[in-house]
Order: sequence, then structure tokens, then C-alpha cells
Amino acid sequence: MTRKRKNVALEGLLEGGHTKAPKPMKTGTTIAGVVCKDGVVLGADTRATSGEVVADKMCAKIHYISPNMYCCGAGTAADTEKTTDLLSSNLTIFSMNSGRNPRVVMAVNILQDMLFRYRGQIGASLILGGVDCTGNHLYTVGPYGSIDKVPYLAMGSGDLAALGILEDRFKPNMELEEAKELVRDAIHSGIMSDLGSGNNIDICVITKQGVDYIRPYQESEYKDKRQRRYKYRPGTTSILTEKIVPLELEVVQETVQRMDTA
Amino acid sequence: AKMFTQVYGDNGKMKEYHYTGPVEHRFSPYSFNGGTVLAVAGEDFAIVASDTRLSEGYSIHSRDSPKCYKLTNTTVIGCSGFHGDCLTLTKIIDARLKMYKHSNNKSMTSGAIAAMLSTILYGRRFFPYYVYNIIGGLDEEGKGAVYSFDPVGSYQRDTYKAGGSASAMLQPLLDNQIGFKNMEGVQHLPLNQEKAVQLVKDVFISAAERDVYTGDALRICIVTKEGIKEETVPLRKD
Repeated sequence: MTRKRKNVALEGLLEGGHTKAPKPMKTGTTIAGVVCKDGVVLGADTRATSGEVVADKMCAKIHYISPNMYCCGAGTAADTEKTTDLLSSNLTIFSMNSGRNPRVVMAVNILQDMLFRYRGQIGASLILGGVDCTGNHLYTVGPYGSIDKVPYLAMGSGDLAALGILEDRFKPNMELEEAKELVRDAIHSGIMSDLGSGNNIDICVITKQGVDYIRPYQESEYKDKRQRRYKYRPGTTSILTEKIVPLELEVVQETVQRMDTA
Repeated sequence: AKMFTQVYGDNGKMKEYHYTGPVEHRFSPYSFNGGTVLAVAGEDFAIVASDTRLSEGYSIHSRDSPKCYKLTNTTVIGCSGFHGDCLTLTKIIDARLKMYKHSNNKSMTSGAIAAMLSTILYGRRFFPYYVYNIIGGLDEEGKGAVYSFDPVGSYQRDTYKAGGSASAMLQPLLDNQIGFKNMEGVQHLPLNQEKAVQLVKDVFISAAERDVYTGDALRICIVTKEGIKEETVPLRKD
């Protein structure tokens, strides 16, 4: 209880006072997921923004949870990284203890517990998809701890653009190739319409047979074709002073060790 | 997150659930529509370039909204910031140019337009036009001239200037490539028109990579004594 009071008081200190906390990097993302006949297809763009500047042009937003589960994350980049890492570690320990593969519903419950406990201070919106003995599942977990089990889904700043494509063309029990194309088109729509999403598209296909993590599934068609070369000649940066300190070393001891090359 | 810090009071206990009392909603007369503008002055030419993306928040209003406006045969102005104020300001400048032409029987020179714009902007010192202006053109001697402004009318003549959302990224690059700053032992070659246009295109490609508000297309206006030539180059659309 005292830890919570301390956190709340600290938050008040920063915002009420004149100190400005450093702005955390948000992913400003488009992520989407679709359940198809043979498994689950997850997709994400690869742009991470820090305000209006693109901080990372090739960041990985589809995180590994377990051999049969992957999670896409939108929101604060550090929060999605750490939350999914923690979930993955806990599930590995569980599967070693019990000798079983973790089920998707267990991962979702762990995520929900943790995010609700932190009252929304962890800004992670996650799409969790996986295949287990009970079937193919797709869940969304919000930053305040809400969950929803759905056949198709989009999250992030580009979610409305992606949802438009998904609402139009989703059908239950789609073929794998059709589902991959649908997710690719949904992410592409987010990339073109939303300023917070861009660059390449990553796709992750999870089936009973295994996982196909295609990164990138589609490279951005915008290759920078600059007309001039901007390489600097050696010596362009001026050397103002140079100080050379010779190290006077004397041989104290010499040992030879023969290498065993047999 | 803000919601929950108001739930706990200073003593650590939860506050009353219902908040009673008037809540003040603020209306902001301004909005930021993004966009980057750039101007370079050469020996006998001037280049004014801008991207054509009009955005608000994380959405795009238009992919084809250039920010360079032709004022006279020898002057182009680039305006970025709040689009509403950009449109009104250019209308006012056009009207003033016409009035000058009818009174004085000649077109305004670039220097005169710059001085006039400074007074127009300062006239709204206490409710400013949210516009970052850069004027590019030829002066009376036919040499290239660039005048850069702040929102309330402070201006100076430059050789090159970047303004708008990606200005902080472009200005250091121009300082290095055109002003030869921070480099030793490099020949200070004067900028010719072809090299300047290539540099402007490359510099905008870089800006579009890292600034979310810059992209879609690049409109370049090249001002020479023959007139004003326009060129459009595609940029990243994502």
C-alpha cells in the first residue's frame, strides 16, 4: 500500500511542480490480428515515433511470448517490451514446472492481472494471438486491464484505418494466404492514413505446425534515391591539438604456451 | 494516467467519486497543420521549396497542398504553420501588392515585400498569425535574396533558411552544405542552380524519413530573371 502511495505522490510531484519528466517513446502504431481456419495471423508496422520525430524506422512490434503465442504491442514502447518479456519469462517457468504448453487464456489472464494492478500507468495496448490444444485464439488487452476475445482486431493510432479494411473483407474460416493478404492490406491502410505508422510491414503466422515470423513481409516501397553523395573527405573535421603519449613498456616476463593442434 | 492521480488526495486516501462544479473547456483558435518550407539564394537565382502535405494531429487532410505562393514575377513566399492563417495572410499580401501597383505604377521589389510583411505581422502582435514565412526572390540587382520571418514579424536577409516542422533537422544540414560550416580544407564553391536543386531534393527526402509531418510531394519554385519555374517531385507517402 505504501508503494502505491509513493508512486502516486511522485506522479503529483512531477506534474504539479515545474519539473518535466522525459517524454517516453510511444510506438504510434498500427497493429492487427485475424483468426483464420488454420491459425492466427498477426501484423504490425515498424515505425516508432517520439513526438513528431521518427525514432526507429525498423522496430519490432511483434514480441515472442511462447513457441505457440506471439503478442503485438502498441503504446509506450518500453511498457510493451517489458510487459511481454515478463509474461514470456513467467510462462516459460510455468511450462517447465507443469510440463505443459501454456494456453492463450492463461497468458491473457496474467496480462490482465498485471495491467489492472497498475491502474493504467503502464501504457501498453496488446494484441495476443496463439494456437493451443483448445483452438486458435485472438485477444486484446487494454492498458487499464480490459480484455476482449475477437476474431479480428486492430489497435494503435492507425486502428481505425486498419479496422475499415478488416470490417470490409473479414470472413470466418479464411484460408491462410487470404488472411495474410487481409492483414497486410489492413496494416498498409494504417501506414498510408496515419502519420504515426509507416515504413515496413511485419507478419507473424501461428499455426499448429509452427510459427512463421516474416520480418519484413513487405518492405516500404519508398527507397531514398538521393542524387548526390554526402561523404566527407578524411581531414574535414579539423584536428585542433594532438597529444601523443608514448607508453614505455619493458618486458618483465615472457612465457610461451604451446597450442595443442593435434 | 491523469485521471487516477486526481482520484487520490494529498493524504493518500481516495477522494469523493463525483466531481461537482463547473468544468472549463478551452477553445484554441490555433491548430498546427505541419509542413516544411525551405529557401536558397544563389548568384542569379532563388529557390523556394515546400512539401505538399497538410496534416492535423495524426491524420492527413490533403496530400496536395503546396505551401509556396507566387507573389510577383520575381518573388515567391513559403508559409507553413496554421493553414487558416497562411491563407488569410497570402490574401492580404496579394491585396497590398495590387494596391501598391495601382498607386506607384510598378511591382513591389522583394525587399519591399519583406519590409511590408514585417509590419503586417507586427500589426497582430497580440494575436499573431501562426505562420512561419520565408520569402525567396531576386533583388533589384538581379541577385538571389531570401528573407526569413518569425510569427510576429522579426526578419532578416539570409542566403538559405529552413522553416516549419522539420526546420530543426534541415537547417544544420544546410549550414554544412551551403555555408560550409564545421568543415576544414573544403573549397568554398559558389552554389550553381543545378546543384542547389539537387541539394534541396535530397534534403527533403531526408526530412520525410524522420519527420512525420513532412512528405507526399515536394514543390520547388525556381526564380530567375526569365520567370518562375515549378517542379514537383514525389516524396514518401507513409
